[in-house]
Amino acid sequence: MTSPDCILETRGLEKRFGGVVAIASVDFSLKQRELRCLIGPNGAGKSTFFKMLTAQLKPTTGQILFDGIDITRAQPHQVSRLGIGIKNQVPDVFNNLTVAENISVAARSRHGKARAAAKGKDVMERLGLTALTGRLVGELAHGQRQWVELAMVVALEPKLILLDEPAAGMTADETNKTAELIREVNKTAAIVVVEHDMQFIKQIAQTVTVFHQGRVLIEDTMEKVQGNELVREVYLGKSEDD
Amino acid sequence: MTANWQGNGGLVAATVLGLALLLALPQIVDPVMMIELTSYVIMAILALSLGLIWGYGGILCFGQSAFFGIGAYAYAIAVINFGDSTIPLLLSIVVPGLFAALLGYFLFYARITDVYFGVITLTVTLILYKVMGATSGSQYVIGVAPLGGYNGIPAVPPLNLPGRPDAALSFDGLFYLSGLMLLAVYVGLRLMLKSRFGQVVVAIRENERRAELLGYDARFYKLVTFAIGGAIAGLAGCLFANWGMFISPDVFGLAQSAQVIIWVIVGGTGTLLGPIVGCFAIQWVATKLGAQQLLNANLVLGTILIGFVLLVPKGVVPTVSDALRRLKFRPYVATLVEQRRVP
Repeated sequence: MTSPDCILETRGLEKRFGGVVAIASVDFSLKQRELRCLIGPNGAGKSTFFKMLTAQLKPTTGQILFDGIDITRAQPHQVSRLGIGIKNQVPDVFNNLTVAENISVAARSRHGKARAAAKGKDVMERLGLTALTGRLVGELAHGQRQWVELAMVVALEPKLILLDEPAAGMTADETNKTAELIREVNKTAAIVVVEHDMQFIKQIAQTVTVFHQGRVLIEDTMEKVQGNELVREVYLGKSEDD
Repeated sequence: MTANWQGNGGLVAATVLGLALLLALPQIVDPVMMIELTSYVIMAILALSLGLIWGYGGILCFGQSAFFGIGAYAYAIAVINFGDSTIPLLLSIVVPGLFAALLGYFLFYARITDVYFGVITLTVTLILYKVMGATSGSQYVIGVAPLGGYNGIPAVPPLNLPGRPDAALSFDGLFYLSGLMLLAVYVGLRLMLKSRFGQVVVAIRENERRAELLGYDARFYKLVTFAIGGAIAGLAGCLFANWGMFISPDVFGLAQSAQVIIWVIVGGTGTLLGPIVGCFAIQWVATKLGAQQLLNANLVLGTILIGFVLLVPKGVVPTVSDALRRLKFRPYVATLVEQRRVP
């Protein structure tokens, strides 16, 4: 069945919204500490896939196994407790709390008071948020809010991190920093990254999975994926049958 | 340690101020006004309970008076049966707390949305009003306590020293007890909001989905907050039954439910001081209006509410503390008024 070095596996995962099939029979598997990029045009089902993995959406059919545990019908907080952290597409933070409070709430979900404080401090230093600790997150720039959310996810010390467009709205500098952070966090956690920024993906990618119309189109190295005719058609919007 | 003391400095100051007021007021206020003032203090506890669950928990409960009324009835029925008031006092806190927990369990775990939550809690209050109103007649008796329908329960025995039913609380005593309870609830809530639990409750108000993705079961935290709010409202109900020595289904009425919300709106959500200030101010105005014949009291109160919603939407306390903060009085204000952060 599930191989021991497999941290995440989906079997025949499917999500329908009325007549619309957002995700159709996806079999996906991820190894421990693997770094995977997920690409695909808008509406390919990437975010829906992430939302099902974190129990924000219930699958129509299929199964999700995390670390050997069936989490198909779990609650979001249970999935988080098992060790999946997610950064959603739109910065999903506590706008009326300060940076320090945001990160403290995250860190205290896993640790006691003293360890949470140390962990929070460490994460803020690593992400360069120390100067902003007392600021309300709602007053920060888009890129900074992305960092806060990233910091919250990292503070959870998850076994699997899902990042939905982590570099969106960031400057080139910030994007480089994000890539660096992802590589570092990857030493202890498996990561799946959804991105449109190909430069960014080239910086971090090992294996790339391409989603198209709710299905896995191809799964291979970045070079092979870039050279693939089908992927080009999908991204350039050329129809397959004419 | 130093940081800790500074953090609690405002709380210590507020406690000292509260105690000073408690001791000074009976000396400077005339006895008739003291009767009024005691009821303000009791209602301020009720206002605080809604200030907690709405202002911090983000749960808009239109039926906070349900728990208030249940607390009052629980006390009245129990004290008539037991004679001694110790257990009835505890019941007036525990019974509405459990009732809130039960109601909250069904509503939060079914993920009922805000608007429906308001509608359902209001309906529960009105159902209680009808049910208690329908209990006239000798067959509606709990132990030796007749429920009395719309006439209510008259001659509710007062609180007494634990184990000594003959040592009943005097009217001055009720003022001091209510004041101490208000202070205790205020201090207790401030400490609670500083704890991890309080932090999570506020985080859930800010962004429920994010809190859940961080591993917190929002349903559970809301349930506990709601139950605490219910218990506090019940305590206020018990004191209210003592104040009037009488309790009737009117406590479950629409007017009573609406009143609490108005106090919190006028005083300011997202603070604990706000609901207390709002409660005192509105009740004082209502008392003054009741003493004159020129204008209809409800008309004036309605105008005040509309004025506040339009002109001071944040409420008195947040508006004043924001203004002072802008005038660089921040260090002083921050210690007296708890940090306020509400969308």
